[in-house]
Amino acid sequence: MATEGGSRFNIHPMEQFEVHPLFGDGPVHWYTPTNATLWMALTVLAVSLLMLVGSRGRALVPSRMQSIAESIYGFVHKMITDITGKEGAKYFPYIITLFLFILFANLLALIPGSFASTSHIAVTALLALAVFITVTAIGFYKHGAHFLNLFWVKSAPTVALRCVLAVIEGISYFVRPLSHSVRLAGNMMAGHAVLKVFAGFAGALGFAAFVPILAITAVYGLELMVAVIQAYVFTILTVVYLNDALHPGH
Amino acid sequence: MEGNIADMGQFIGAGLACVGMGGAGIGVGLVAGNFLSGALRNPAAAGEQTATLFIGIAFAEALGIFSFLVALLLMFAV
Repeated sequence: MATEGGSRFNIHPMEQFEVHPLFGDGPVHWYTPTNATLWMALTVLAVSLLMLVGSRGRALVPSRMQSIAESIYGFVHKMITDITGKEGAKYFPYIITLFLFILFANLLALIPGSFASTSHIAVTALLALAVFITVTAIGFYKHGAHFLNLFWVKSAPTVALRCVLAVIEGISYFVRPLSHSVRLAGNMMAGHAVLKVFAGFAGALGFAAFVPILAITAVYGLELMVAVIQAYVFTILTVVYLNDALHPGH
Repeated sequence: MEGNIADMGQFIGAGLACVGMGGAGIGVGLVAGNFLSGALRNPAAAGEQTATLFIGIAFAEALGIFSFLVALLLMFAV
Protein backbone atom coordinates (compact mmCIF):
# COMPACT_ATOMS: atom_id res chain seq x y z
CA MET A 1 0.00 0.00 0.00
CA ALA A 2 1.24 3.48 -0.83
CA THR A 3 1.11 5.58 2.33
CA GLU A 4 1.76 8.99 0.82
CA GLY A 5 -1.80 9.13 -0.55
CA GLY A 6 -3.35 9.56 2.89
CA SER A 7 -0.77 11.59 4.77
CA ARG A 8 -2.93 14.73 4.72
CA PHE A 9 -5.53 13.01 6.91
CA ASN A 10 -4.57 12.56 10.52
CA ILE A 11 -6.60 9.32 10.42
CA HIS A 12 -5.83 7.06 7.51
CA PRO A 13 -9.18 5.79 6.12
CA MET A 14 -7.77 2.43 5.00
CA GLU A 15 -5.85 1.60 8.17
CA GLN A 16 -8.87 -0.07 9.77
CA PHE A 17 -8.81 -2.87 7.19
CA GLU A 18 -5.28 -4.03 8.04
CA VAL A 19 -5.01 -7.62 9.21
CA HIS A 20 -2.52 -8.01 12.05
CA PRO A 21 -1.80 -10.81 14.53
CA LEU A 22 -3.56 -10.64 17.88
CA PHE A 23 -0.44 -11.54 19.85
CA GLY A 24 2.95 -10.01 19.04
CA ASP A 25 4.15 -8.67 15.72
CA GLY A 26 5.18 -11.85 13.95
CA PRO A 27 4.38 -12.72 10.33
CA VAL A 28 0.81 -13.78 9.46
CA HIS A 29 0.53 -17.47 8.57
CA TRP A 30 -2.70 -19.24 7.74
CA TYR A 31 -2.98 -20.50 11.33
CA THR A 32 -2.07 -17.20 13.06
CA PRO A 33 -4.94 -15.80 15.17
CA THR A 34 -5.53 -12.31 13.73
CA ASN A 35 -8.17 -9.64 14.26
CA ALA A 36 -9.97 -11.03 11.19
CA THR A 37 -10.27 -14.52 12.71
CA LEU A 38 -11.27 -13.02 16.07
CA TRP A 39 -14.19 -11.09 14.60
CA MET A 40 -15.31 -13.96 12.39
CA ALA A 41 -15.27 -16.23 15.45
CA LEU A 42 -17.32 -13.63 17.35
CA THR A 43 -19.78 -13.56 14.44
CA VAL A 44 -20.22 -17.34 14.59
CA LEU A 45 -20.59 -17.09 18.38
CA ALA A 46 -23.28 -14.41 18.09
CA VAL A 47 -25.23 -16.40 15.49
CA SER A 48 -25.00 -19.57 17.60
CA LEU A 49 -26.10 -17.70 20.73
CA LEU A 50 -29.11 -16.21 18.96
CA MET A 51 -30.22 -19.56 17.60
CA LEU A 52 -29.44 -21.63 20.72
CA VAL A 53 -31.06 -19.22 23.18
CA GLY A 54 -33.90 -18.57 20.73
CA SER A 55 -34.77 -22.23 20.28
CA ARG A 56 -34.28 -23.32 23.91
CA GLY A 57 -37.62 -22.30 25.34
CA ARG A 58 -39.87 -23.23 22.39
CA ALA A 59 -42.69 -21.43 24.14
CA LEU A 60 -46.11 -20.97 22.55
CA VAL A 61 -45.88 -17.29 23.46
CA PRO A 62 -42.28 -16.57 22.36
CA SER A 63 -39.76 -14.66 24.40
CA ARG A 64 -37.91 -11.75 22.81
CA MET A 65 -34.98 -13.89 21.63
CA GLN A 66 -37.28 -16.61 20.33
CA SER A 67 -39.37 -14.19 18.30
CA ILE A 68 -36.24 -12.65 16.74
CA ALA A 69 -34.95 -16.10 15.78
CA GLU A 70 -38.39 -17.15 14.51
CA SER A 71 -38.89 -14.07 12.37
CA ILE A 72 -35.43 -14.42 10.75
CA TYR A 73 -36.16 -18.11 10.11
CA GLY A 74 -39.53 -17.32 8.59
CA PHE A 75 -38.14 -14.46 6.51
CA VAL A 76 -35.45 -16.62 4.88
CA HIS A 77 -37.82 -19.55 4.40
CA LYS A 78 -40.38 -17.34 2.66
CA MET A 79 -37.66 -15.85 0.47
CA ILE A 80 -36.63 -19.33 -0.74
CA THR A 81 -40.12 -20.71 -1.31
CA ASP A 82 -41.22 -17.51 -3.10
CA ILE A 83 -38.42 -17.74 -5.66
CA THR A 84 -37.67 -21.45 -6.11
CA GLY A 85 -40.89 -23.05 -4.93
CA LYS A 86 -40.92 -26.22 -2.83
CA GLU A 87 -37.75 -27.68 -4.37
CA GLY A 88 -35.45 -25.04 -2.93
CA ALA A 89 -36.54 -25.65 0.67
CA LYS A 90 -34.04 -28.52 0.80
CA TYR A 91 -31.18 -26.00 0.64
CA PHE A 92 -32.61 -23.86 3.43
CA PRO A 93 -29.86 -24.63 6.02
CA TYR A 94 -27.10 -23.41 3.68
CA ILE A 95 -28.96 -20.24 2.73
CA ILE A 96 -29.82 -19.25 6.30
CA THR A 97 -26.23 -19.92 7.38
CA LEU A 98 -25.00 -17.55 4.68
CA PHE A 99 -27.59 -14.93 5.60
CA LEU A 100 -26.93 -15.01 9.33
CA PHE A 101 -23.15 -15.03 8.95
CA ILE A 102 -23.12 -12.04 6.61
CA LEU A 103 -25.76 -10.15 8.58
CA PHE A 104 -23.95 -10.54 11.90
CA ALA A 105 -20.52 -9.88 10.38
CA ASN A 106 -21.86 -6.65 8.86
CA LEU A 107 -23.55 -5.58 12.09
CA LEU A 108 -20.61 -6.44 14.37
CA ALA A 109 -18.34 -4.46 12.03
CA LEU A 110 -20.33 -1.33 12.93
CA ILE A 111 -19.20 -1.48 16.58
CA PRO A 112 -16.57 1.28 16.86
CA GLY A 113 -13.08 -0.19 16.99
CA SER A 114 -14.12 -3.55 15.61
CA PHE A 115 -12.95 -5.15 12.40
CA ALA A 116 -15.06 -5.46 9.24
CA SER A 117 -14.40 -9.04 8.11
CA THR A 118 -16.87 -8.85 5.20
CA SER A 119 -15.03 -5.83 3.78
CA HIS A 120 -12.21 -8.19 2.80
CA ILE A 121 -12.51 -9.60 -0.67
CA ALA A 122 -10.80 -12.80 0.53
CA VAL A 123 -13.77 -13.54 2.82
CA THR A 124 -16.53 -12.61 0.40
CA ALA A 125 -14.80 -14.28 -2.56
CA LEU A 126 -14.71 -17.53 -0.61
CA LEU A 127 -18.43 -17.25 0.17
CA ALA A 128 -19.28 -16.36 -3.45
CA LEU A 129 -17.10 -19.12 -4.93
CA ALA A 130 -18.69 -21.65 -2.59
CA VAL A 131 -22.12 -20.55 -3.82
CA PHE A 132 -20.99 -20.64 -7.48
CA ILE A 133 -19.50 -24.13 -7.26
CA THR A 134 -22.41 -25.52 -5.21
CA VAL A 135 -25.01 -24.11 -7.57
CA THR A 136 -23.21 -25.34 -10.70
CA ALA A 137 -22.81 -28.79 -9.15
CA ILE A 138 -26.51 -28.91 -8.22
CA GLY A 139 -27.44 -27.90 -11.77
CA PHE A 140 -25.38 -30.64 -13.41
CA TYR A 141 -26.41 -33.21 -10.80
CA LYS A 142 -30.14 -32.53 -11.23
CA HIS A 143 -30.31 -31.99 -14.98
CA GLY A 144 -27.11 -33.41 -16.46
CA ALA A 145 -26.38 -31.93 -19.88
CA HIS A 146 -29.80 -30.25 -19.91
CA PHE A 147 -28.34 -27.72 -17.50
CA LEU A 148 -26.59 -26.20 -20.55
CA ASN A 149 -30.03 -25.06 -21.75
CA LEU A 150 -29.34 -22.13 -19.46
CA PHE A 151 -26.87 -20.96 -22.13
CA TRP A 152 -28.56 -22.39 -25.25
CA VAL A 153 -31.81 -20.42 -25.16
CA LYS A 154 -34.45 -22.55 -26.91
CA SER A 155 -37.01 -19.75 -27.12
CA ALA A 156 -34.75 -17.65 -29.39
CA PRO A 157 -35.99 -17.97 -33.01
CA THR A 158 -32.77 -18.47 -35.02
CA VAL A 159 -29.54 -20.39 -34.44
CA ALA A 160 -27.45 -17.25 -35.04
CA LEU A 161 -29.30 -15.45 -32.26
CA ARG A 162 -28.84 -18.45 -29.99
CA CYS A 163 -25.06 -18.32 -30.55
CA VAL A 164 -24.95 -14.63 -29.62
CA LEU A 165 -27.11 -15.29 -26.56
CA ALA A 166 -24.87 -18.21 -25.56
CA VAL A 167 -21.87 -15.88 -25.44
CA ILE A 168 -23.77 -13.26 -23.42
CA GLU A 169 -25.24 -15.83 -21.01
CA GLY A 170 -21.82 -17.47 -20.62
CA ILE A 171 -20.15 -14.18 -19.70
CA SER A 172 -22.93 -13.26 -17.29
CA TYR A 173 -22.71 -16.72 -15.70
CA PHE A 174 -18.96 -16.65 -15.12
CA VAL A 175 -18.85 -13.05 -13.89
CA ARG A 176 -21.33 -14.00 -11.13
CA PRO A 177 -18.83 -14.94 -8.42
CA LEU A 178 -16.88 -11.74 -9.12
CA SER A 179 -19.86 -9.37 -8.89
CA HIS A 180 -21.37 -11.37 -6.01
CA SER A 181 -18.25 -10.98 -3.87
CA VAL A 182 -17.15 -7.50 -4.94
CA ARG A 183 -20.63 -6.07 -4.28
CA LEU A 184 -20.59 -7.06 -0.62
CA ALA A 185 -16.93 -6.24 0.02
CA GLY A 186 -17.08 -2.96 -1.90
CA ASN A 187 -20.18 -1.76 -0.10
CA MET A 188 -18.79 -2.53 3.34
CA MET A 189 -15.34 -1.12 2.56
CA ALA A 190 -16.77 2.07 1.05
CA GLY A 191 -19.07 2.68 4.02
CA HIS A 192 -16.38 2.18 6.64
CA ALA A 193 -13.89 4.30 4.67
CA VAL A 194 -16.46 7.13 4.47
CA LEU A 195 -16.94 6.99 8.26
CA LYS A 196 -13.18 7.22 8.77
CA VAL A 197 -12.81 10.10 6.29
CA PHE A 198 -15.45 12.10 8.19
CA ALA A 199 -13.70 11.21 11.46
CA GLY A 200 -10.51 12.68 9.95
CA PHE A 201 -12.38 15.93 9.18
CA ALA A 202 -13.65 16.07 12.77
CA GLY A 203 -10.11 15.78 14.10
CA ALA A 204 -8.85 18.60 11.88
CA LEU A 205 -11.64 21.14 12.44
CA GLY A 206 -11.47 21.88 16.17
CA PHE A 207 -14.65 23.60 17.38
CA ALA A 208 -16.47 23.22 14.04
CA ALA A 209 -16.11 19.44 14.46
CA PHE A 210 -19.81 19.14 15.33
CA VAL A 211 -20.66 19.33 11.60
CA PRO A 212 -18.70 16.18 10.60
CA ILE A 213 -19.84 14.46 13.82
CA LEU A 214 -23.47 15.04 12.82
CA ALA A 215 -22.58 13.72 9.37
CA ILE A 216 -20.98 10.62 10.94
CA THR A 217 -24.20 9.99 12.88
CA ALA A 218 -26.25 10.20 9.67
CA VAL A 219 -23.82 8.00 7.71
CA TYR A 220 -23.82 5.50 10.57
CA GLY A 221 -27.60 5.17 10.27
CA LEU A 222 -27.21 4.68 6.52
CA GLU A 223 -24.52 2.05 7.13
CA LEU A 224 -26.83 0.18 9.50
CA MET A 225 -29.35 -0.01 6.65
CA VAL A 226 -26.69 -0.99 4.10
CA ALA A 227 -25.43 -3.77 6.39
CA VAL A 228 -28.88 -5.40 6.49
CA ILE A 229 -29.66 -4.75 2.80
CA GLN A 230 -26.35 -6.19 1.59
CA ALA A 231 -26.87 -9.36 3.64
CA TYR A 232 -30.35 -9.61 2.09
CA VAL A 233 -29.03 -8.95 -1.43
CA PHE A 234 -26.26 -11.54 -1.12
CA THR A 235 -28.77 -14.12 0.09
CA ILE A 236 -31.45 -13.37 -2.47
CA LEU A 237 -28.92 -13.53 -5.33
CA THR A 238 -27.80 -16.91 -4.00
CA VAL A 239 -31.43 -18.04 -4.12
CA VAL A 240 -31.85 -16.66 -7.65
CA TYR A 241 -28.74 -18.56 -8.81
CA LEU A 242 -30.05 -21.67 -7.08
CA ASN A 243 -33.34 -21.24 -8.91
CA ASP A 244 -31.45 -21.08 -12.23
CA ALA A 245 -29.81 -24.40 -11.33
CA LEU A 246 -33.09 -26.03 -10.27
CA HIS A 247 -35.11 -24.75 -13.24
CA PRO A 248 -32.73 -24.11 -16.17
CA GLY A 249 -34.05 -23.04 -19.56
CA HIS A 250 -36.23 -20.33 -17.98
CA MET B 1 4.38 22.27 -7.27
CA GLU B 2 6.26 19.14 -6.37
CA GLY B 3 5.82 15.37 -6.55
CA ASN B 4 6.27 13.13 -9.55
CA ILE B 5 4.13 12.69 -12.60
CA ALA B 6 3.21 9.05 -11.83
CA ASP B 7 1.42 10.11 -8.63
CA MET B 8 -0.50 12.72 -10.60
CA GLY B 9 -1.57 10.07 -13.09
CA GLN B 10 -2.76 7.85 -10.22
CA PHE B 11 -4.89 10.59 -8.70
CA ILE B 12 -6.37 11.71 -12.03
CA GLY B 13 -7.09 8.09 -12.98
CA ALA B 14 -8.76 7.39 -9.63
CA GLY B 15 -10.91 10.50 -10.01
CA LEU B 16 -11.91 9.54 -13.53
CA ALA B 17 -12.77 6.00 -12.42
CA CYS B 18 -15.22 7.42 -9.89
CA VAL B 19 -17.23 8.95 -12.77
CA GLY B 20 -18.49 5.42 -13.38
CA MET B 21 -20.27 5.52 -10.03
CA GLY B 22 -22.52 8.24 -11.44
CA GLY B 23 -23.79 5.73 -13.97
CA ALA B 24 -24.66 3.35 -11.16
CA GLY B 25 -26.49 6.20 -9.43
CA ILE B 26 -28.57 6.84 -12.55
CA GLY B 27 -29.30 3.11 -12.85
CA VAL B 28 -30.39 2.69 -9.23
CA GLY B 29 -32.54 5.81 -9.52
CA LEU B 30 -34.25 4.48 -12.64
CA VAL B 31 -34.97 1.12 -10.99
CA ALA B 32 -36.34 2.64 -7.78
CA GLY B 33 -38.29 5.38 -9.57
CA ASN B 34 -39.92 2.99 -12.00
CA PHE B 35 -40.76 0.65 -9.14
CA LEU B 36 -42.39 3.50 -7.24
CA SER B 37 -44.44 4.67 -10.22
CA GLY B 38 -45.58 1.11 -10.85
CA ALA B 39 -46.32 0.56 -7.17
CA LEU B 40 -48.45 3.70 -6.95
CA ARG B 41 -50.53 2.57 -9.93
CA ASN B 42 -51.11 -0.88 -8.49
CA PRO B 43 -50.30 -0.93 -4.77
CA ALA B 44 -51.77 -4.42 -4.32
CA ALA B 45 -49.13 -5.99 -6.54
CA ALA B 46 -46.22 -3.98 -5.13
CA GLY B 47 -45.55 -6.07 -2.03
CA GLU B 48 -44.64 -9.20 -3.97
CA GLN B 49 -42.19 -7.36 -6.18
CA THR B 50 -39.84 -5.95 -3.54
CA ALA B 51 -37.45 -8.90 -4.03
CA THR B 52 -37.27 -8.07 -7.74
CA LEU B 53 -36.63 -4.43 -6.81
CA PHE B 54 -33.65 -5.34 -4.67
CA ILE B 55 -32.24 -7.71 -7.27
CA GLY B 56 -32.49 -4.95 -9.90
CA ILE B 57 -30.84 -2.43 -7.60
CA ALA B 58 -28.07 -4.91 -6.79
CA PHE B 59 -27.30 -5.54 -10.47
CA ALA B 60 -27.27 -1.81 -11.27
CA GLU B 61 -25.12 -1.06 -8.27
CA ALA B 62 -22.52 -3.76 -8.91
CA LEU B 63 -21.04 -1.87 -11.87
CA GLY B 64 -20.65 1.28 -9.79
CA ILE B 65 -18.86 -0.75 -7.14
CA PHE B 66 -16.53 -2.06 -9.88
CA SER B 67 -15.50 1.50 -10.76
CA PHE B 68 -15.00 2.28 -7.08
CA LEU B 69 -12.78 -0.80 -6.92
CA VAL B 70 -10.73 0.45 -9.87
CA ALA B 71 -10.28 3.79 -8.09
CA LEU B 72 -9.16 2.05 -4.90
CA LEU B 73 -6.73 -0.15 -6.84
CA LEU B 74 -5.23 2.92 -8.52
CA MET B 75 -4.87 4.75 -5.21
CA PHE B 76 -3.52 2.01 -3.00
CA ALA B 77 -2.38 -1.01 -4.99
CA VAL B 78 -0.61 0.37 -8.08
